[in-house]
Amino acid sequence: MINFQYLRASVVKIALSLVSKDPKATFIAGGTNLIDLMKRGVTAPEKLIDINKLPLAQIELKNNVLHIGAMVSNSALAEDSIVKEQFPLLALALQSGASAQLRNVATVGGNMMQRTRCGYFYDTTMPCNKRQPGTGCGAIGGYNRMHAIFGTSESCIAVHPSDMCVGLVALDAQVVIANAKGERKISFADFHRLPGSTPEKDNNLQKGELIVRLEIPTNNLYKNFHYLKVRDRSSYAFALVSVAAALEISQGIIKNARLAMGGVAHKPWRLVEAENFLKGKTANASNFEDAARIAMYGAKGFGENDFKLKLAPNSIIEALTVAKAKA
Amino acid sequence: MNFFVDENDRVDGIDKVTGKAKYFAEYQLPGLTYGVLVTSSITKGKITGIDTKAAKNAPGVLDVLSHLNKPVAPGYEQAGGSPMKIFYTDEIFFNGQPIALVVADSFERATYAASLVKVSYEKSAFNTDFVKSINNPSAKKLQGQPPYVRGTADAYKTAEVKIEQIYTMPIETHNPMELHGIIADWRTNDQVTVYAKTQGVKAAQATIANVFKIPQENIQVKSEFVGGGFGMALKTWPVEIATVMASKHLKRPVKLVITRDQMFTMVGNRPSAYQKVGLGATKDGKITGITHTAFGQTSVYENFTEGVVNMTKFMYDSDNVNTNYYVVPLDLSVPIWMRGPGEATGAFALESAIDEMAHALDMDPLEFRMKNDPEQDPQKKLPFSSKNIKEAYKLGSAKVGWSNRKNKPGSITEGAWQIGYGVSIGVFNASRGRATVKGILKADGTLVLQSATSDIGPGTGTGMVLIASKLMNIPVEKISFELGDSSLPPAPSQGGSTTLSTVGTAVNDVCVSLKSTIAELAANANMSTTANFVEVLKKNNLPMIEVTKQSQANQQGKEYSMYSFSIHFVQVKVHKLTGVVKVSKIVSVGDSGKIISPKTARSQMVGGAVGGIGMALTEEALLDNRYGKYVNNNFADYHVPVHADVPEIDVIFIDKPDYIVNPMGAKGMGEIALIGFAGAVANAVFNATGKRIRSLPITPDKVLEA
Ligand SMILES: Cc1cc2nc3c(=O)[nH]c(=O)nc-3n(C[C@H](O)[C@H](O)[C@H](O)COP(=O)(O)OP(=O)(O)OC[C@H]3O[C@@H](n4cnc5c(N)ncnc54)[C@H](O)[C@@H]3O)c2cc1C
Ligand code: SF4
Repeated sequence: MINFQYLRASVVKIALSLVSKDPKATFIAGGTNLIDLMKRGVTAPEKLIDINKLPLAQIELKNNVLHIGAMVSNSALAEDSIVKEQFPLLALALQSGASAQLRNVATVGGNMMQRTRCGYFYDTTMPCNKRQPGTGCGAIGGYNRMHAIFGTSESCIAVHPSDMCVGLVALDAQVVIANAKGERKISFADFHRLPGSTPEKDNNLQKGELIVRLEIPTNNLYKNFHYLKVRDRSSYAFALVSVAAALEISQGIIKNARLAMGGVAHKPWRLVEAENFLKGKTANASNFEDAARIAMYGAKGFGENDFKLKLAPNSIIEALTVAKAKA
Repeated sequence: MNFFVDENDRVDGIDKVTGKAKYFAEYQLPGLTYGVLVTSSITKGKITGIDTKAAKNAPGVLDVLSHLNKPVAPGYEQAGGSPMKIFYTDEIFFNGQPIALVVADSFERATYAASLVKVSYEKSAFNTDFVKSINNPSAKKLQGQPPYVRGTADAYKTAEVKIEQIYTMPIETHNPMELHGIIADWRTNDQVTVYAKTQGVKAAQATIANVFKIPQENIQVKSEFVGGGFGMALKTWPVEIATVMASKHLKRPVKLVITRDQMFTMVGNRPSAYQKVGLGATKDGKITGITHTAFGQTSVYENFTEGVVNMTKFMYDSDNVNTNYYVVPLDLSVPIWMRGPGEATGAFALESAIDEMAHALDMDPLEFRMKNDPEQDPQKKLPFSSKNIKEAYKLGSAKVGWSNRKNKPGSITEGAWQIGYGVSIGVFNASRGRATVKGILKADGTLVLQSATSDIGPGTGTGMVLIASKLMNIPVEKISFELGDSSLPPAPSQGGSTTLSTVGTAVNDVCVSLKSTIAELAANANMSTTANFVEVLKKNNLPMIEVTKQSQANQQGKEYSMYSFSIHFVQVKVHKLTGVVKVSKIVSVGDSGKIISPKTARSQMVGGAVGGIGMALTEEALLDNRYGKYVNNNFADYHVPVHADVPEIDVIFIDKPDYIVNPMGAKGMGEIALIGFAGAVANAVFNATGKRIRSLPITPDKVLEA
């Protein structure tokens, strides 16, 4: 660990200018991920810009769009009454993440930006293309039980560890980003990236840009939903596989469907083809099974994570079954 | 204001929850300095150079110790290489080996400076792959225990019904909440005080005396409160010696607290195990042969063995039993006993095999166990000092609802969950050792008891106070028990479930002696022999009387077989689609003689069950054998059970005194609380699903793929 400077910004513009000008500066929100990475020597910023005082902690429903400030804590979001009523899938996903203590300080922006939990990434004596491009991937041929089965590349098979993001991608969220020029908006599904040949890049946020808020359009997916997280212990463990499922069912027929998975790819993994398959079909076991099968096209195991090829479709079926059963 | 205090509460409970209790790392000494370790990034080979220039020039740094400046440790000059002599050679035995200690005026500065130390190595080929080594005939294996044969070896092979299976277990780490470390304060005239995290203050004192060749009296080891040990603090580790070296060298007190990832490599672990059990029985369920062959891992620089196959020799009534136990030296740090040492490992294999046999015979596993329960110890051919297993089976099975269990696996479902029941037995030696206790009975109505024993959490002081309170008829709040200081009368280390029995006997003897002294004094003063001791002391003009007693190890071992037993019953739910296992009910029955301290005894059983859930379902230290390194050396990725994994735990005690073992009639129970638990879970998973998982921990992927 090296000495670093600590500055606190209370205006977005200042926060932006402090980070965009300085290649060694970075934002710090709850610090639950960044500080660990600094302690392990994975990252060594020389300037921390604390953004906790930025006025970005509101949750508001405006014109049928939910606005969530980037500094809203994970627990505040999960406990918000609008979220609980109209976006319960998101609340459930949030509650499945980390522990109560962590959720109290972890922020929406920080959660999106958290880095993979791949053990090789955290250990600076091991090879890892994400931490140090060109050194190789420790997980390929090594311990990869937690790793990806979709969208992998020869250079990296890490997963994005967030639960919240799986809920958000299923809900068609938009990300509002501020930069020196103003604001830009991208769809949540396009925020995170696949590793390709540049695994060091987790997402499409540019240096000096700040996530300011999320926007989620209201929907009819708040009745039949489920977030299933399969993990090695009942709480405080990252997902082996997780599934966000939401259905709009009318007289037994699926009018709208949303499906996304966590723990399977370098980004929250939206299952558009399986969703399309379900639309217009009867909400029954055999259609759920077919959807799960469709969802698995292109999946590939790396040895220790081969079990996900079975666990993932099973989890989709289970999540859809529970979602359907909710009255 | 003691409305929430009852006589069974921990005597130090309020101190612990209010923060008054002081743990080693909390001592603030004037001029305290801080040590941070530099560790090896290779797994085997030699250090060719250590560049400490930048580190030494960093702000606040006092010095950097390593084998290059070889701090003085006369004891290291003697022959023999075990245990590891820190900073003594350039040899690397395992990845993460401590190779230098940076001492600075603050922890942060020491941490920074440690990152500046540059080490160069000459690497050699290494092997950390346990399972591969077992299957490789040319890999070295050492006999861990002499082979044991009763009757005919391998008799199971010709039995009417036979089982032959392999059971495996990964490395588990103790990882108590409190990180390991020490504060060493070496002053002029070779007077040393250390604030340690140890299960044995006398053992720590002896180790330090041996390494530095100074008289034991010069060394005071203090360790009043310990934030969990589970066995890892039974040894004074090389990193502690390094800290003492640094204090001697710098003439300043030095504090070392290791990091969580160092907890995986510097303070031992429960070794991984590979066990083959052969079991033979007649068709009507009489065991005719047991063969148990076990392999454990050890290190190349220091050997470690434990009682993996012990229980197999006497638990079941079979004329033919043979066991063998080997250890495989690997380029890893040396293991150490972890709660329920050896036996917990062995019990998983034996008790799984017993369940497999019951299933093969289509018998209820409880009935099968009872049918083969020996009347006397078939290994020692001696009667048990006490054993109430049949009663324990009865009480526990009624409580868990065993009658709901179906012998055919996979019979009970509840929505997406399959439900099953499992049982397993645990056993641990109940003999006792030698200890000395001093008692000071004062005219102000108080009693002070002293002994250099430890309390790593079981409630040692509480148990001792309760023993004395009952014998002396003095209320608990008037009695104090002083421990955790090497200057107190000697007692053995806290391990192997012997403290209550061993130290408790000396407390008993002290109390008996104090009582008779009081009776004599009363007679001298023409008082009634039942007069209150305060009156007696006053009448005799005595401010206090003192008695010191040494109790000897018990000799009854020649006539009796002495063990504590536990039976664990669990109900599990297994998710059909995800393979997730949840323990939904636990009933642990302890058959460990008279229960002296009901509340802390229950806590012991609860803690054992939680540890058992970890062993059964979640705990596994993962090695990448390509690098010889752990890949989950932190609390996010090494999974100990969380609250949500633990259902309500029912604890039942048989609570029948065994006066053969000791005058209190109480047997130890720290180990039996855990031993056998994992087997009960594995058996329940089988009963729920028909899937036999022979490899711990039972994670969702294993259930799904079975
Ligand atoms: C032991 C443990 C277990 C966990 N388990 C889970 C789990 O099960 N599921 C789960 O989903 N998560 C889990 N987490 C992760 C946790 O959710 C994240 O650490 C947390 O959400 C990060 O938020 P933060 O505000 O603390 O981010 P910080 O650590 O402060 O920041 C993380 C990164 O985000 C950047 N950043 C923060 N805010 C912004 C912004 N507004 N714009 C641009 N960049 C920004 C920072 O510069 C930094 O690079 C776990 C974490 C730990 C330590
Ligand atoms: S999977 Fe990605 S993060 Fe993990 S070692 Fe490979 S490159 Fe690094």
